Amino acid sequence: MYYRDAGEIRTTYRQDRAIFPIAQERRGMAVLLALAFVAVPLAADAYWLGSIAIPFLVLSLAALGLNIITGYAGQLSLGAAAFMAVGAYVSANLVLRLPWLPFPVSFLLAGLAAAAVGVLFGLSSLRIRGFYIAVATLAAQFFIEWLFTHVPWFTNGNASGVISTPPLALFGLSFRTPEMRYLLVLTVVVGLAFAAKNLVRSSIGRAWMAVRDHETAAELMGIRPFGAKLSAFAVSSFYCGIAGALWGFLHLGTVEVEAFTLHRSFQILFMIIIGGLGSILGSFLGAGFIILLPIAITNLAALFGGTLRPDLLANLELMVFGGLIIAFLILEPHGLARLCTVLKTRLRHWPLHHQG
Amino acid sequence: MDGLWFFVEALVGGLLSGVMYTLVALGFVLIYKASGVFNFAQGAMVLFAALTFVGFVELGLPFWMALAAALGVMMLLAVGIERVVLRPLVGQPPIILFMATIGLSIFLEGFAQAVWGSQVRALDLGIPDMPMEIDRVLISRFDLTAAVIAAGLVIALSLFFSHTRMGRALRAVADDSQAAQVAGVPLNLIWAVVWGAAGLVALVAGLVWGARLGVQFSLTLIALKALPVLILGGFDSVAGAIVGGLIIGASEKLAEIYVGALIGGGIENWFPYALAIAFLLVRPGGLFGGKRVMRV
Repeated sequence: MYYRDAGEIRTTYRQDRAIFPIAQERRGMAVLLALAFVAVPLAADAYWLGSIAIPFLVLSLAALGLNIITGYAGQLSLGAAAFMAVGAYVSANLVLRLPWLPFPVSFLLAGLAAAAVGVLFGLSSLRIRGFYIAVATLAAQFFIEWLFTHVPWFTNGNASGVISTPPLALFGLSFRTPEMRYLLVLTVVVGLAFAAKNLVRSSIGRAWMAVRDHETAAELMGIRPFGAKLSAFAVSSFYCGIAGALWGFLHLGTVEVEAFTLHRSFQILFMIIIGGLGSILGSFLGAGFIILLPIAITNLAALFGGTLRPDLLANLELMVFGGLIIAFLILEPHGLARLCTVLKTRLRHWPLHHQG
Repeated sequence: MDGLWFFVEALVGGLLSGVMYTLVALGFVLIYKASGVFNFAQGAMVLFAALTFVGFVELGLPFWMALAAALGVMMLLAVGIERVVLRPLVGQPPIILFMATIGLSIFLEGFAQAVWGSQVRALDLGIPDMPMEIDRVLISRFDLTAAVIAAGLVIALSLFFSHTRMGRALRAVADDSQAAQVAGVPLNLIWAVVWGAAGLVALVAGLVWGARLGVQFSLTLIALKALPVLILGGFDSVAGAIVGGLIIGASEKLAEIYVGALIGGGIENWFPYALAIAFLLVRPGGLFGGKRVMRV
């Protein structure tokens, strides 16, 4: 019984449509944001900020992007990392070749470029569906990896294929220290997360879900499945593209294909399976889970009889990941986000019992 | 004239390596036909089978004993997968089952390497890898042997499907699993048998590919090579897997030689996909795949 929404009476449609209609949830969100913006940079050291908080936020954004196409629109994509790569390479080239352009503009253009590439591969959804779409996105993954390694223009002719990104600066602020980088990433991710939350509540988001649940039925209701799928591909790839740009500039400090392989695509897919398909919150929970799990396994191993051989540890990690994915799909296909909802409902009624 | 012989040689080499893709694609088709599951874990099963076989050989078992033991392990694995993964997920949408097999694939990769170690191992099947010359065209003897093995496997599976009681039950389940159940076909047993058959195919593919590349993690990646083959041939057709494999093998090799040279090489990773998707846009069901009607 941590809060009751009894007595909260909404008197206008505006209140009814609010993103957080319950006052306690609004306050809770404000506290959470205050913690993230103020307490975390003050309390965390450079390791926690640079190696855990920033990758967590960036991968959450990528997971959010993938969740839009896979969780909301129901088109399985195995190419999330490829769209991240497009964002990273385009932003790096824009920043390096057009230094007078403010970086938010470059990032925005990079996101739009990723969206365009996403739409291009999404065009195949006109004719094919189901697994075939997954294979089309796999094609995107391999083709884009190949493109960025084999066309020297993208890496400015650099033989190693690695672009070092310059530190970002805007309005006299330099985003060089872990704290500043963290705050920039946090601002972008929070902004885009709220945008996504609103988008999936809009008619566009409802069209995505209708197409996911039954394409033919959606079509009969006057939704154009092709338009819905293409817009989902575009928005999803835009989010992934921005995530890629952030990953290159604010996490790694380099842009290289190695960071955006098929392995990364799968990692992001696991995040949304474990976090919750079709849930904004789930994208964050899943990213946090996948990032913290290896650390937890290492620490647990250290707890029980010293250190494991690194290769055995890596294999153990694979087994735990695989087992967890199967377990989640069997036990709770809606992931951690659903567990949160269940917990919240229970807490709202506790200690009273809901009959029926 | 030399150019023509070179072309023929590349074509034959490509066709033979296409047979190797077919070998992997067969495992996918078997499971998809009988249960409608697209089994992403087939590649991991190939790795698992090959590692298990090599592991038994290293323990000192003779070739045939190791083969039988590995086959036994694959059967146990099939029963286990049916019990633990498939049975609880009956009736879920295909995309959930597909993601479950991705999880299974990750689990098997970790499990196989945790048990048998992750270093690269050589595997010698005693097939000479000397090219032989037929009428001025060099042909790898190894590829030829692999093609014969694959052909034998396909014939054996076809006979099994068409001439045994179990095979008929399998086809019944593939046609309509509910009707088959009503007619008294035990669904769980059928699935275990199908996954066992896919395990057998994985073992053969693992031996052949392992002998060529060494038994190592990258064996799982050949599953990705089999995907375009499946798309081209249709997920539910054995004949499609064969023809698709040949087309992909040949065109990939020719594209690498004649197109790859122009645009920087290394295109064999994505070219089969581009080909398969271009094909899909024209014929969404694949070459031999059935046509599906969407209903509300």
